[in-house]
Amino acid sequence: MSGVAAIADGVASGSAPAAAVARDTGERLRRAADLNATLHWSQELLDRDAARLDRLPPAERARLPLVGVPVALKDNIVTTDQPTTCASRILEGYVSPYDATVVARLKAAGAIIACKTNLDEFAMGSSTEHSAWGRVKHPLDPARVPGGSSGGSAALVAAGVVPAALGSETGGSVRQPASFCGVVGVKPSYGRVSRFGLVAFGSSLDQVSVFGRSVDDAARVLAVISGNDPNDATSAAEPPMTLEPARRDLRGLTFGIPGEYVPADLDPGVKAGLDRAVQAIQDLGGTVRQVSLPHTRFAVPCYYIVAPAEAAANLARYDGVRYGQRRVGPEGDVRALYRATRGQGFGPEVRRRILIGTYVLSSGYYDAYYRKAQQVRALLADDFRKVFAAGVDLLLTPTTPTPAFKAGEKTEDPVAMYLADIFTCSLNLAALPAMSLPVGRSGGLPVGAQLVAPMFADARMLSVAAVLETVLDATREVR
Amino acid sequence: MSWETVIGLEVHVQLLTQSKMFCGCSTRYGSPPNTQVCPVCLGLPGALPVPNAHAIELATRAALALSCKVHETSVFARKNYFYPDLPKGYQISQFDQPLATGGGIEIESPERGRLTIGITRLHVEEDAGKSLHDRLPGKTAIDLNRSGTPLAEIVSEPDLRSPAEARAYLTRLKQLLLYCQVSDCNMEEGSLRVDANISIRRPGETRLGTKTEVKNMNSFANVERALTVERDRQIKLVEGGGRVEQVTMLFNAGSGEVRPMRSKEESHDYRYFPDPDLPPLVLTRLWIEQQHAALPEMPDARRDRFMTVLGLPAYDAGVLSAERPIADYYEAVVAEGTEPKTAANWVMTEVLRGYNETGQFAVSSEWLAGLLAAVKDGTVSNQAAKQVFAARAGRGSLSVTVEMRGTGKTSEVSPRQLAEKLGLVQVGDVAALGGWVDEVIAANPKEVGRYKAGETKLLGFLQGQVMKKSAGKADPKKVGALLAEKLR
Repeated sequence: MSGVAAIADGVASGSAPAAAVARDTGERLRRAADLNATLHWSQELLDRDAARLDRLPPAERARLPLVGVPVALKDNIVTTDQPTTCASRILEGYVSPYDATVVARLKAAGAIIACKTNLDEFAMGSSTEHSAWGRVKHPLDPARVPGGSSGGSAALVAAGVVPAALGSETGGSVRQPASFCGVVGVKPSYGRVSRFGLVAFGSSLDQVSVFGRSVDDAARVLAVISGNDPNDATSAAEPPMTLEPARRDLRGLTFGIPGEYVPADLDPGVKAGLDRAVQAIQDLGGTVRQVSLPHTRFAVPCYYIVAPAEAAANLARYDGVRYGQRRVGPEGDVRALYRATRGQGFGPEVRRRILIGTYVLSSGYYDAYYRKAQQVRALLADDFRKVFAAGVDLLLTPTTPTPAFKAGEKTEDPVAMYLADIFTCSLNLAALPAMSLPVGRSGGLPVGAQLVAPMFADARMLSVAAVLETVLDATREVR
Repeated sequence: MSWETVIGLEVHVQLLTQSKMFCGCSTRYGSPPNTQVCPVCLGLPGALPVPNAHAIELATRAALALSCKVHETSVFARKNYFYPDLPKGYQISQFDQPLATGGGIEIESPERGRLTIGITRLHVEEDAGKSLHDRLPGKTAIDLNRSGTPLAEIVSEPDLRSPAEARAYLTRLKQLLLYCQVSDCNMEEGSLRVDANISIRRPGETRLGTKTEVKNMNSFANVERALTVERDRQIKLVEGGGRVEQVTMLFNAGSGEVRPMRSKEESHDYRYFPDPDLPPLVLTRLWIEQQHAALPEMPDARRDRFMTVLGLPAYDAGVLSAERPIADYYEAVVAEGTEPKTAANWVMTEVLRGYNETGQFAVSSEWLAGLLAAVKDGTVSNQAAKQVFAARAGRGSLSVTVEMRGTGKTSEVSPRQLAEKLGLVQVGDVAALGGWVDEVIAANPKEVGRYKAGETKLLGFLQGQVMKKSAGKADPKKVGALLAEKLR
């Protein structure tokens, strides 16, 4: 299928009308049904939105940067046209009365909302196995996971169903599945994209993030959804991101490789992928040097205090009183209503995190856990500030410790699952822009490398990734 | 043996904003249930709070009026608990970094005289919705119109020593909050709510006794009643060898009793933590200073000025400064050129009679000043002016508008026009007065005889008879002079 720019050009000029895009997208969605990547979509909605675009005067169509581009949405981004369930029984059938800011911006830019995609329940997970509606399959190997929690969006982009999709990140939920599936995954700087209408998990970490078949696909979508939103008090007072002119090389840029991200036991395929990225940077005239981020080992423990604490409060609203599924307990009182609704409505991983979060905020434990985690978080962010202040323009790391693992491999061991985010969650804690770029394959499975930029240097990161993309053959084995 | 009572109060007041604390919904009271709601105050998935700048301004003003230190950085925190009328499962409040701390207000204690009660803190938070237990048989209905209404919580130090002192504190607090127009402090509508902490100890003891919290009091009088009942309960308990337990007591205004809340209902660990949806609230020193400078003159200062600058007696100054709208009205009448004591007499009687009933001023300050100017220049007598005022205030039956000649428009009738229309313009014409005087002399031969025999104080009686005969229209001074002349 074509990329974002080509589709928009075709629809704008009328050479490939939106109606045809909608028809083809529906056809691809049907063919990809086995992936279990979608939770809601309809041909009728696709056709309706396409017809509206085709009726516009050509001059007006030409002004819409994403006109006719089908974009998939993770099902934790609220939409008025389709349900939003967060892959949870507790929100089964829930339809939002308002569109998320990112949805409104996509629509205003002419994009067609292709479908709502499967995810780990409430975005909690790293494999998209924790969905109330079943796991998502890896497009290259159905026995494997696509990563998570935005596994549905990643799989659809990787399978060529849509050129771009929105996911959300709290600890790596876009970069990790992007790496597993061999697509581009970009987590913008915290505050760059509005969270209004993104169902909250860990509010200080959450950020709507983008998948693309290419860097350009992801960058064009990010440019549209970025920019300050008065409905989100944590949205940055920054203008929308604009794309930088294409680079021809990486001369004058220094890349730091933090030693803490390249442990001795790193998967050899992942290591080889990183080496290939280093070689490509040097071939393009960039400088690579070793750096240190000394507090890295505290990132995962810190993350698994901060994120569940915020989640426990954020998920308190699902109580069966106002919306979503309600189950009345045997005693018939309000406490029984809460117990039954929440006990049966949430899956085991969500319940586990609510319990962890409640525990770390409890009277007598706050200082030992939550307060300490906040202090650690500040130290982690400081590590990055120091490295960037010392003349490093971007960091390069592996995105994940391994390529895509097998379904069921980690579901019985939550800690092993949590370690899948070991290289990504520190960037959510530090609020920095980061992305995964496919660098090759290992044993037939995609491997990604992660680029990290200083705060609000998202566009620089993307322009660097774009030139690297031109020299890396991501379908070739790394060793 | 005697006991000392120790009381501290937590007062919640709704801030007088048009819209809610974190969304644009209206804060109007009394609308049909669930008509003033949106994704934010319903706690829908994905919705986010955005602070209301006006609420922050009002809370800051209140804090400054209570002599608190307003902090340049304060932090919104989530207070977590489950309740059906709390849509998010947490209330956005402030916890360890409140907007303001360390203030105090002067009160007049019935037992200890004038003293200062410390204010521990003032913080901003959002209100919850309401659970309605009487709308649907056997069910509880939820109205979320109030959900997200801005509140200031004002916590006093445990400085109060009696239920009556607690009431005096509340009266004073309400006066100050009304004065700086941050809340309408209406207990019936719930825009001011009081929770009280109370304990007893032996006089001279410095440690605090075990306290109970008393809730559900719907008037200042009931706060005093409830605290009296609870104090007596604690004393009786301890004197009988028992121990006070830290519980929450609910006051029942019907029975006048307090009863403990079930412990299950109050065993909360609120798990406060900074709200990640809201960056710290940062106010500049300059802005805080501007708010301080913009505070209205507070009641005590105004009372003193009314005494020293306008020369009013202490009683008048106290009455006229107690409520800001009255003080503003009074000053406006004076500003129109009325002599201050005259204006005070009129505002305290004619004007306040209607204001206390309706909460509104029946006539504008300009109009009253015009009427008093007509008294001063002799156009109407003071007596007649009261009739003119009553007519204008709607207690008479007269139309108060006149058609402006040729324009077809009507305009407010002036005090002089109204006096004329009512036939109350003072008669100073000697010929007209002479007739009434002669009639009165003829009708009261006995009094005239005694006056002539030297009982000069009877002149007043005769003068009154003439005034009566003239239906208040006669100029009393001229009548007096004329009588004296004719009886010489």
